[in-house]
Amino acid sequence: MNGDSPPESGAAPGPVLSVADLSVGYRVGPGTRTAVRNVSFELAEGQVLALVGESGSGKSTIGHAVLDLLPGNGRLLGGTVSYRGRTISGLPARQLRQLRGRAISLIPQDPTLSLDPIRRVGSQVDDVLRLHTGLDAEARRTKVHELFELVGFHDVERRYRQFPHELSGGMRQRVLIAAAVAAEPDVIIADEPTSGLDATVQAQVLDLIDDLRRRTGTAVVLITHDLGVAADRSDLVGVLRQGRLVELAPTAEFVRSPRDDYSRHLLDSVPARLEFPDRGSGRAPSHGPAAVEVTNLRKHYGDHVAVDGVSFTVEQGETFAVVGESGSGKSTTARILTGLVPATAGRVRLLGTDVGDLSAKAFRPLRGDVQIVFQNPHASFDPRFDVLSVVAEPLRSFQPVRSRHRLRRENRDRVVAALEAASLPASFLHRHPRELSGGQRQRVAIARALVSDPRIVVLDEPVSALDVSVQAQILALLDRLQRERGLTYVLISHDLAVVRAISDHVAVMRHGRIVEQGAVAEVFGTPACDYTADLLGAMSGRQLAIR
Amino acid sequence: MTPYILRRLVQAVLVLWAAYTLTFALLTALPGDAISNRINNPQNQLTPEDGRTLKAFYGLDRPIVVQYAHALDALLHGNLGYSLSSGSTVSSLLGDALPHTLVLTALGLTFGVLVAAALGIAGSYAPWSRLRALLQSFPALAASVPSFVVGILILDGFSFRLRLIPAVDDGTFLALVGPALTLGIMIAAPLAQVFTAAITATRRQPFVHVLQARGAGEHYVFRHGVLRNASLPVITMLGLAVGELIAGSVVTEAVFARNGIGQITLNAVNTQDLPVVQGVVLISTTGYVLVNLLADVIHPLIDPRIRADILARRAKRPSRARPGADEAVPARLPDEAVAS
Amino acid sequence: MTTLDESPPPVGDTARALPRRTGTAVRRLVRHWSVVLAATVLAVAVLWALAPGWFTGASPTRIDAAQKLLPPSGAHWFGTDRLGRDQFSRVVHGARASLTGSAVAVLVGVTVGSVFGALAGWLGTWVDAVVMRLIDVVLSIPGFLLAITIVVVLGYGVLQAAFAVGITSSATFARLIRAEVLRSRTSQYVEAAVASGARSSTVLVRHVVPNSLVPTLSLVTVQFGIAIIWIASLSFLGLGAQPPSPEWGRLVADGRNYLASSPYLVVCPALTVVAVVLAGNHLARHFAERQER
Repeated sequence: MNGDSPPESGAAPGPVLSVADLSVGYRVGPGTRTAVRNVSFELAEGQVLALVGESGSGKSTIGHAVLDLLPGNGRLLGGTVSYRGRTISGLPARQLRQLRGRAISLIPQDPTLSLDPIRRVGSQVDDVLRLHTGLDAEARRTKVHELFELVGFHDVERRYRQFPHELSGGMRQRVLIAAAVAAEPDVIIADEPTSGLDATVQAQVLDLIDDLRRRTGTAVVLITHDLGVAADRSDLVGVLRQGRLVELAPTAEFVRSPRDDYSRHLLDSVPARLEFPDRGSGRAPSHGPAAVEVTNLRKHYGDHVAVDGVSFTVEQGETFAVVGESGSGKSTTARILTGLVPATAGRVRLLGTDVGDLSAKAFRPLRGDVQIVFQNPHASFDPRFDVLSVVAEPLRSFQPVRSRHRLRRENRDRVVAALEAASLPASFLHRHPRELSGGQRQRVAIARALVSDPRIVVLDEPVSALDVSVQAQILALLDRLQRERGLTYVLISHDLAVVRAISDHVAVMRHGRIVEQGAVAEVFGTPACDYTADLLGAMSGRQLAIR
Repeated sequence: MTPYILRRLVQAVLVLWAAYTLTFALLTALPGDAISNRINNPQNQLTPEDGRTLKAFYGLDRPIVVQYAHALDALLHGNLGYSLSSGSTVSSLLGDALPHTLVLTALGLTFGVLVAAALGIAGSYAPWSRLRALLQSFPALAASVPSFVVGILILDGFSFRLRLIPAVDDGTFLALVGPALTLGIMIAAPLAQVFTAAITATRRQPFVHVLQARGAGEHYVFRHGVLRNASLPVITMLGLAVGELIAGSVVTEAVFARNGIGQITLNAVNTQDLPVVQGVVLISTTGYVLVNLLADVIHPLIDPRIRADILARRAKRPSRARPGADEAVPARLPDEAVAS
Repeated sequence: MTTLDESPPPVGDTARALPRRTGTAVRRLVRHWSVVLAATVLAVAVLWALAPGWFTGASPTRIDAAQKLLPPSGAHWFGTDRLGRDQFSRVVHGARASLTGSAVAVLVGVTVGSVFGALAGWLGTWVDAVVMRLIDVVLSIPGFLLAITIVVVLGYGVLQAAFAVGITSSATFARLIRAEVLRSRTSQYVEAAVASGARSSTVLVRHVVPNSLVPTLSLVTVQFGIAIIWIASLSFLGLGAQPPSPEWGRLVADGRNYLASSPYLVVCPALTVVAVVLAGNHLARHFAERQER
């Protein structure tokens, strides 16, 4: 669909949506912070414009400004938004309401929070028809049923009567799409429509939006942080940086040769384009016992089987990745390896020591050798601690209480060394994690994991909460540290591109089982299992990988 | 739902039994009682012989465990014992007073709910942020004024100065207005605070934003999105407010010199009439527990998530283990594949 | 990336880290003038309780038949009561009974509540089950009524009333502290500490206890106000402070018979109670808001 031409409808020429010189600010304290500066673009019927940018770039703000639904402290500072040649910014509220949902509709970013938890999903779609059509209740119900069929539901009446919590994330997003197209709008603003969804579900949702768009000739503004999605699904790409549109170009051209330096930097940061030497082929086996040896591991939560007989071996000095979608059991596996939850059955050997049935207390001496980096570093820091206390914790844990005072200076030096290893200056010692950016926090978490000189580090989704350019920096850091220190990584991730970039071996998990494992190049190159092939097929950004 | 209600009912009965036992234990720890006080009174005309008879009559000479067993047995037969000071049955005393207090608290509750609803809505939707801030500060102010002060001011203002309502209970509806207003203001404050906070929180929810993006106006959003979501915490608060109401009636009845449970409580406390105190606590606790039971039943009717929780729990006892971050929701239909 | 990504200040490696301190102390004072006012009101009330002599030379109990029921004046700021006692002096001296009472009540509530709540939250299993049921039972009795019942057992007096109010409120404290301990115990930072090798005693002392106590602070302040009101109410009913000792609720009760002719006898002590409670609640809200940040 890349480079798709608009459908040959008989509609009037000219842009269906145009934004001219748009500036938006937020009132913060006494001043105003400008979030969007002089942004202009035009969108023809049936076109898809992808607005990409990192957090804080202003991309979502543009979406809100087009609908004139800025948060309470937001304010239009200048510029106009026009729909079919008619200026709509600054219209009276009543007229704006008639346009919202009917002329321009929204597919919101979080399907869980974007549905009213205590109303049936059918009546939430029905809202659009009540607000914009004169249909009676029965006709509206029939129409909602049709819409539900359109978005791929089968048992439509049952779906109509369900509540959001009874639906999966992907199904909730389908409901929101049904509501967005209910009044047959000309423009859809899709604001991160797939964030938080599994890759296969994300591909299905994006396919659905694509399909509906093509049938109806609706134009789409696709707001996304994922350059892969943008490259796969749009006609035009707009790159935002700190509120400015730094590049606006046809997608193919943008992917081939971006004109702006920042765009190029972003594109080069995409995990699909990252390459670290000698990865993926399975490196020469190291000597000594295997770092991790897992045999027939099982974990039950009541009746629910989270991990269902998993076996794998991780050699010292390599990166072993466990990939899977939510609910596959990959995080539980990581938590068993780090002794945070006990296994129900099976054997785990770490560096030659059998820990399968060790209690939490008996596991403790091993913790100096096995550390973990969590997905959300901020939540893993005690809110009262500064960087020094956070990073020093693994050291203090193994020091007798009495000698703590004596060791204070030495601890401090080791913390500084760990921070430096994670490319943070010593001046961060007395900062509070709250004052740091997401990438800096993850560096602090890495420093904490390194300070006790462990041999194995479990990385639980270490970059999935980070912006793409920060992601690339952290991955490079992890790669460097592994080479310098001979670390063994167990990487838990849902992102196949990340796995491909820094792993040697990979295991694909589904429903608590490993469906396929082997060297990364083999598994990704010639998947033996259908599920692996599906996962690879759902990966966004294939356009980007080819250079 | 029925098994859930039954289970809650059984729980309520158990809680009542435990509360009764707790007060019984508290009150028997007391060294004195009305009879001993009368016997030990220097001016008493009772012979020690008469005293013993009296004590035996009330069962006060038996071991505590036996007293407790007897009290419980009598309770199951609807007998709350005898007042130590007047000799009449506790149930008849309370039965006479209860209607007065019930009418008063019901009116107070109605008034409080109306005021809280009005304040909550006005405090959230009034034009001009300064007006909203002013309206929102009322509940905080009211919550800082003791109810006896409110009562005295109402009594002074409406009865003595304006002469709008009678100062003593003449049995008319008008005489109820003052005390009901006092109770109403007392419970309106926390209710309005909770309601305002809930409205504010709900309006920040993304689904409200989405509803606006569909073209809904403020009124539509309130009726179809905000109101029901915001009423959930208010229902919980309402259950708690009834407890305040029962306790508040003690103070209010004292200020307005009205007959009722509150007046009986005070008399019983002043004469150390333990069976009556025990009876008052039991009957108030019953009312309080029942109202909270009602709130627990209404909650799942409004919130389908709680309903689902209840049904799930009936099917299977919850496991105490905490699943890993990405395994939090185990049983979801893989409908995704079916859909496309 | 999943929430509104523009409204908070930008974070990202490219963005400069936030300045460490926003604004000077003076600017903060100005911005929180109402907090300063509230703190001042409380401080004055505490000083009244500690050193009433600094604020009034008049005796709170000296009877002067010639001076009875005088309206407020330069000599008697709050007027005089039916026995000619200086009402301002009685309010100032009454602070001791009221504030000591509520301090005792809060102390009892926090102590008893913390022990039960922390045990339940930390130990879990049957201890938790038993404590939770106990809390349910105590909370099932309307609070003020339970306090009255305890007063019946303990006898009349400010300290007894304070103790009764404290015991009654301990269930609320226990429930909050249990929830906080549980939240902290299952939080990711505790998990991270365990993963980094911390002993369970270290986890308890360094992470769980401090992080559970901070949220209690706002309840302590709220409960302080509630305790003042409840003790005043008990005294008003004649179940708390006994004459002739001045206590704010008692003063209102004494004054109400002269409401028509001398309203200041009720209004002055009543306003004092309202001001102190309002100040306490305001501080509580301030603490709660700071915590959310």
